[in-house]
Amino acid sequence: MPLLDIEGLTVEFGTEAAPFVAVDRVDLGIEAGEIVGVVGESGSGKSVTALALMGLIDFPGRVTARRMAFAGRDLLQLSERERRALVGKDIAMIFQDPLASLNPCFTVAFQLMETLRVHGNERERGSSKLRRARALELLQQVEIPDAGARLNAYPHQLSGGMAQRVMIAMAIACNPKLLIADEPSTALDVTVQAQILALLTNLQKDRGMALLLITHDLAVVAETAQRVVVMYAGQQVETGPVPGLFEAPRHPYTQALLAALPEHNLERARLTAIAGMVPGQHNRPSGCLLSPRCAYATPRCRAEQPMLEGDAARRVRCFFPLDASGHPTRGWRPDSVPALG
Amino acid sequence: MTAPATGDAPLLEARELARHYVVSRGFMKPKGTVRALDGVSFAVRAGETLAVVGESGCGKSTLARQVTMIERPTSGALRLGGVDVATGDAATLKRMRPLVQMVFQNPYASLNPRKKVGTLLEEPLAINLDLDRAARRERADAMMAKVGLRPEHYHRYPHMFSGGQRQRIAVARALMLNPRLVVADEPVSALDVSIQAQVLNLLMDLQQETGIAYLFISHNLQVVRHIADAVLVMYLGRTVEAGPKQVIFTRPAHPYTRALLASTPVLDPRRRRERIVLQGELPSPLNPPSGCAFHMRCPYAIERCRTEVPLLEPLGGAMVACHRAAELNA
Repeated sequence: MPLLDIEGLTVEFGTEAAPFVAVDRVDLGIEAGEIVGVVGESGSGKSVTALALMGLIDFPGRVTARRMAFAGRDLLQLSERERRALVGKDIAMIFQDPLASLNPCFTVAFQLMETLRVHGNERERGSSKLRRARALELLQQVEIPDAGARLNAYPHQLSGGMAQRVMIAMAIACNPKLLIADEPSTALDVTVQAQILALLTNLQKDRGMALLLITHDLAVVAETAQRVVVMYAGQQVETGPVPGLFEAPRHPYTQALLAALPEHNLERARLTAIAGMVPGQHNRPSGCLLSPRCAYATPRCRAEQPMLEGDAARRVRCFFPLDASGHPTRGWRPDSVPALG
Repeated sequence: MTAPATGDAPLLEARELARHYVVSRGFMKPKGTVRALDGVSFAVRAGETLAVVGESGCGKSTLARQVTMIERPTSGALRLGGVDVATGDAATLKRMRPLVQMVFQNPYASLNPRKKVGTLLEEPLAINLDLDRAARRERADAMMAKVGLRPEHYHRYPHMFSGGQRQRIAVARALMLNPRLVVADEPVSALDVSIQAQVLNLLMDLQQETGIAYLFISHNLQVVRHIADAVLVMYLGRTVEAGPKQVIFTRPAHPYTRALLASTPVLDPRRRRERIVLQGELPSPLNPPSGCAFHMRCPYAIERCRTEVPLLEPLGGAMVACHRAAELNA
């Protein structure tokens, strides 16, 4: 049984009459000790999915799901109190901007010890000395140089990379079974990004922790994750193993995203751009959400919404999934495609 | 406006450009000097793109402030189209400033939310040129068409646009005065992959059309690899390696350049380099290390690196500042 098992997760904002579906029927399963990457552009619903998991969607947001289970417990049935005991302990999360996530008014030691005071074991909850010792140990585990001196530092005295390490220390303080990392390295320099990603994967390996890595950087996912979920406008469009999915994408969106990377345009003068942008609240097309931007869209794509189809290993949301050579299959006919501007 | 750079003379030439800031280190303590830019030399020709790469704090933005003539360099020479702008008087600077324009990283912050696109585009004209309203409107319309904005966008406010379109507006505004050089400070790092490609294409198309030069500041080496002609790698205010793009990307000679390239995530497992994870972060520019500034993080550092500052010397088609470069690249 997977550690995290989600089926049909939907998050809506706005009124009942005219809801804005930020996350649309997402299925997600994560095994213990697995690294799953979620990629997508801004507005694709990847962060909202994570927030819904953590129970951080407040009114007027509405979270519904057919099933949402973590380690055999039904997250939908938990009381607020039970949920708080679980979140931050067994499921922890780190965010994009570490300096915005730390409280500027308290020292690193205070903030680390606060986590332990709430979620720590019985002995830790009872003794501030033990908590302080554990805080020091955690800073050493996330490879902060001169950890003893850093305990009494305030967040503004830390660099971005250092602050992200403190956030990671806080997240792993209670040995979580699942760590959600939402763009953990995006705000950092490349060299520091490499350090943080190496730290996360090492911790993941040592502790057998599952890692849900949310990022817009396809290359980061390609280098770290075992499985990847590609999201577009709130929907999963493709899921599959790494590197298989990147080598032979089956959804036109994945293909177009990969083609837009400078890395894939080495010998070309111009980059292959995707025209248009991710649809927002007011301009969701009928039919397939990608249809206005898709190079292969047919009249059927503009009228009907495709479902996510395939087996557990590889699923794709497209009427005409691409074959190994990158061409649409299943009776797709180019004559049904109007000329693109 | 000014005489064009003739023949092969570079449009922009910097020699040993330096900018130091005097900063307070606290009450009753002696003032400190931050050598934010410490002797950087480079040249940019018309129609060329020079990319400046390095970590935060390496002096990239200070360099941009000198080139755009917002600040006067502490020492060194800076010539734009043959005119000395490092020591030029106020009238010279006023005349030269329109030739260099800037595009910023975050188009959500760089456009005044209370001004319409038309006003934003016409403002530089109203300030710098003596044109009537109709002539300004005409130029704004022409520029909007050039960067792919529709005529009806003239009356809209920045919040009505997406990130990619806003960056188009920012580019259009920068080009209104027909500059010879555009300093682009991380112009695509706030944008999504699909939009990033659109904006990069736009920048390259405009360069083809107008022969404009770019000083392209970025930490994204994949983007730099695509757009640049030459690359300048900076570390703590100094150049560590500079040369044509092909050389820097195929045969990086400085350990720092290699580490930067190796740190960049790559999609294709076959093209991945051996990971060199650099330890630590950029040292404080207030208290720079002795000798080579990189020696504390360098896997190849020897005793000489700790004491002696390496000079920028030619090696294999590029300029490299490393004592062991020749030996390591043998």
